[in-house]
Amino acid sequence: MIQRLKLRDIVIPGEGAAMLADAIGHIAQPSRRAFLKRSLTLGGLTLLTGCSTGSQDSIEAALARISRFNDFAQGLLFDPNLLAPTYPESMITDPFPFNAYYSEDEVRDIDGDTWRLELSGLIADRKPWTLEQLRALPQQSQVTRHICVEGWSAIGKWGGVPFAHFLRLVGADLGAKYIGFKCGDDYFTSIDMATALHPQTIMALTYNGQPLPPRYGFPMKLRMPTKLGYKNPKHIQAIFVTNTYPGGYWEDQGYNWFGGS
Amino acid sequence: MPAGERNIHPLWLRITHWLNAIAVVLLVLSGWRIYDSTEFLGFAIPRGITLGGWLAGALQWHFAAMWLLFANGVLYLLINVFTGRLWRQFFPIRPREVLQDLGAALRGKLAHEDLSHYNSVQRLAYLFVMVDSVLLVLSGLVLWKSVQFPILRELLGGYEAARRIHFFAMAALCAFIVVHLVMVALVPRTLLAMLRGR
Repeated sequence: MIQRLKLRDIVIPGEGAAMLADAIGHIAQPSRRAFLKRSLTLGGLTLLTGCSTGSQDSIEAALARISRFNDFAQGLLFDPNLLAPTYPESMITDPFPFNAYYSEDEVRDIDGDTWRLELSGLIADRKPWTLEQLRALPQQSQVTRHICVEGWSAIGKWGGVPFAHFLRLVGADLGAKYIGFKCGDDYFTSIDMATALHPQTIMALTYNGQPLPPRYGFPMKLRMPTKLGYKNPKHIQAIFVTNTYPGGYWEDQGYNWFGGS
Repeated sequence: MPAGERNIHPLWLRITHWLNAIAVVLLVLSGWRIYDSTEFLGFAIPRGITLGGWLAGALQWHFAAMWLLFANGVLYLLINVFTGRLWRQFFPIRPREVLQDLGAALRGKLAHEDLSHYNSVQRLAYLFVMVDSVLLVLSGLVLWKSVQFPILRELLGGYEAARRIHFFAMAALCAFIVVHLVMVALVPRTLLAMLRGR
């Protein structure tokens, strides 16, 4: 919140050079660029509505509160037994689109031999997992629709370990509220326990029957056909179970947290 | 409820009309910004006339204003049905009268002596916009929660079909608004009636 306010102040004439330098330092990072983009466009909204920056903030706060109410409403609407539609393999979108907060030439190369899945928080057995160990667990595959918040969808085929099976195996506290993910591409997000236990939520290790290619999140992504694309983290390195709201990369910038479909 | 001189539009109607207008403006302008993030029909809507600044901002406006549109719309329809106003004001609609009134309107000869009485073109237009709004809410529900409403999703022809229905129903609503505003400009008394009731 503090950072956003500083950045927004760039567009206001007469601000100190120190603040400007501070802000430019932030812009060097990709996530900060997104903040700036938003700050500038919110300036445009100010012109449109004729609101002062003060009421601008209160409108933003009100919209954020409604977004939290929408998290709650979606939690109520979510039926843990209702399955997302599945499709024949002939309907798979080829090529399946690449999408991330960075461009495709910035995809991280992660070494599957040294990679370990780390567990923390309200989990009984927190020993790290190797890729081979995960591949030895029961696998399940699905041909489902990936729905992007940007207004497109595509059908793909993912295979991997049912997340509910894994969570029970490691003794996760299934009464906890949130499950958080930290990723090898510095992405992070979190989901509700009900969705984590949904039968179609899988720790995807394959795409189209092959090991997950780097562009789709090698070595592991969480695949949930009941949630929008940005809720499906790639290159997962750590999973934690918690009752403290963990937020997420896009969620902290204004995307709806539940992000369900 | 006699349609006397003093009460062309009852208070509840005026309130729901203006709340609906606010919701529709917010939804359309933020919806245009949401559309712009993929432009699935191949053209962009000028950013300057959209609301929200960027995609997340537009989505926040859209998913806030939807509650107003929905709650207000349900209230409007319920009162309309239970007071009998729906049948009294909007029916019957006879094709011959619609054509006659449309011809008169185009020649600028449509009578507006009694604003409490809707002519056939008005009846058709207002009923159309009610049905169109219901379609917007239903297709929006499928776009928002496609997994949770499987029957509705299949009725609309699937997830991607719902996106197109949502867009074209919006376009139809905008066309209605343009005609509606032109008619108000031609007969300014109607604006007064919608503000103060008479």
